[in-house]
Amino acid sequence: MAAEEVLRAEHVLEFPYKRSVGPILGRFFTELRDNQRIVGIRTKRGQVIVPPAEVDPETLEDLSADAIVPVANAGVVKSWTWLSDPRPYSAYKKPHAWALIQLDGADTSLLHAVVVESEAKMTTGMRVKAVWKDERQGHITDIAHFAPEAAK
Amino acid sequence: MRDIAIIAFAQSANKRNEQIYNEAEILAPVAREALQKAGLKKEEIDFTCSGSSDYLAGQPFSFVIALNAIGAWPPIQESHVEADAAWALYECWIAMQADESINTSLVYGFGKQSMGSPRDVMNILNDPYVETPLWCDTISMAALQGRALIDAGLATERDFAAVAARNLKHAKSNPKAQCKGDFTVDELLRSPTLASPLRKHDCPPITDGACVVILAAGDTAKKLCKRPAWIRGIDHRIDVQAIGRRDLTRAPSAQIAAEKAGVGAGKVDIAELHALFTPQDIILRKELGLASDCVINPSGGVHQGNPMMGTGLVRFGEVADRIIRGEANRGVAHATQGPCLQQNMVAVLEGK
Repeated sequence: MAAEEVLRAEHVLEFPYKRSVGPILGRFFTELRDNQRIVGIRTKRGQVIVPPAEVDPETLEDLSADAIVPVANAGVVKSWTWLSDPRPYSAYKKPHAWALIQLDGADTSLLHAVVVESEAKMTTGMRVKAVWKDERQGHITDIAHFAPEAAK
Repeated sequence: MRDIAIIAFAQSANKRNEQIYNEAEILAPVAREALQKAGLKKEEIDFTCSGSSDYLAGQPFSFVIALNAIGAWPPIQESHVEADAAWALYECWIAMQADESINTSLVYGFGKQSMGSPRDVMNILNDPYVETPLWCDTISMAALQGRALIDAGLATERDFAAVAARNLKHAKSNPKAQCKGDFTVDELLRSPTLASPLRKHDCPPITDGACVVILAAGDTAKKLCKRPAWIRGIDHRIDVQAIGRRDLTRAPSAQIAAEKAGVGAGKVDIAELHALFTPQDIILRKELGLASDCVINPSGGVHQGNPMMGTGLVRFGEVADRIIRGEANRGVAHATQGPCLQQNMVAVLEGK
C-alpha cells in the first residue's frame, strides 16, 4: 500500500473535567488575580516553596494555608533556555526564553517565560520582574511573562 | 526472594513513521519472536503486563486494543501500567516474588509517537495548574537541565555532543537502529540550537515501535535458557516533580536506586541508560557510579531509537541479550520517567 492511500483522521483528545485547586493553590491563584501578588508556603524546615504546595515532599509534613507567605514579584534567573521555535499551544508566538526564576524571599524556582529581544540578552543570574496581564482570571498565565527588571 | 531472570527479548525495527501498521500489528510479530526465543507457547505464560500511554494513541484504554496482539482467550492474568514498560517488568517481578505459581511473565511496551507531537503532548506530564498551561515543551525542560550542568561547570556543549556521537557510533552495529553513523563533535556542534544549549543531536528521535521481554523464575529459567540474565537487584525511586524545586545537576533518586540495586557490588561490563537527552547521560553515569571501563549504551541507547513507553524496557532487553549471548557478565539497565530524570529505575543483571 502506498503512503498516499493511507486513511487519515484528525482526532482531538479531551478530558473535560472540572477540578478544584484546593485551599493552597486556590490562594496562590486568587492572589495572582486580585492582588498581583505571588505567594509561597513556608515549611517547618523554614524553606519557602513557590508555587505553594500542600505537602513538603522531603518530610511528608502537611502544609496549611496559615503557612502561606508573600514573596517578591522579582527575582533571579537560575537556569534558562532560548526557544527558537515557539510551540503551537503556548501563548508566545516569537522566540523567547523559558526560565527557572527564584523570586526574592523564595527558596525554590518558578517556571515561566522570559520575554527579551534576543538570546544575547539572557544570562544566568540576571534579575527579572513579573509582567501582569490586565485581565486576570486566577491562572498561572495571569503573569504574562517575566522581563528584565531594569526595563520595568 | 526467588531468582528471576530475563530469558528472551525481541523488538521491532525503530521507525520514524510507521504508517501502515497499528500498535497491535507492530506488537504481534515481536511477541511471537520473543515466545519463540523463550521456547514457550502463549498458553505457558502465567502473567502478562504492559506499559503504554493513552496520550500517544489519543484515546482512553488504548492498551486494551494492543492486547489483541497477545490474545486474551482462554482468559489470562493480565495487568497494565500507564508508564514505561520497565515499570511493567517491575510489576511482573513483584507478582513473581509474591506468587510462586507464577513462573513465567511476558512484558511488553509500545508507542507510536509519530501520530502526535511528543515534545508538546508530554507537557501533560507536568503539574496541571502551574506548569502545563504554559506549554513548556519537553526539549525546553531538558535544556534547563543542560544549562544548569554547564553553569555548574560540570559539562560543556562539547560533552553533550560527545554523548550523541558515541551513541550514534554504537548504533551502527544495531540492526534495529533508526539513527546511526559516524559524526565528529565539531560537525554536530555546527547545527543550530532547538532550545539552547540543546541541539537536535542532544534529543531523542521520534520513533514508532514495540518490545517484549520474557521473565522466568528459578528452575524454569534454567530449563528454558542456557544462560539467563538474572535480575540480581532492582529498585525505583522518585524525586519531586517540580523542576524548580530540584537541583537539576543531580538525580538523587537514580543514586538511591543504584545503591539499592547493588550496582557498586561488582564490575559493570555494560550499562544501558534511558537518558533521553545528552545531559542526562552525564548525570546518570555519575549517580550510578559507572566506571570509565563500563561500555555505555552498546546498542546506541535512546539516540538510535526511542519507542516511547517501551524505551526503558528496551534498555533491560539490550543488557539481557548481551548476557544471554555471553558477551557480558554483569550489566546495568536504567529506565526513567517524568521531567528531567524525576523517576528512576535501576537493575543489575548477571549471567551467573
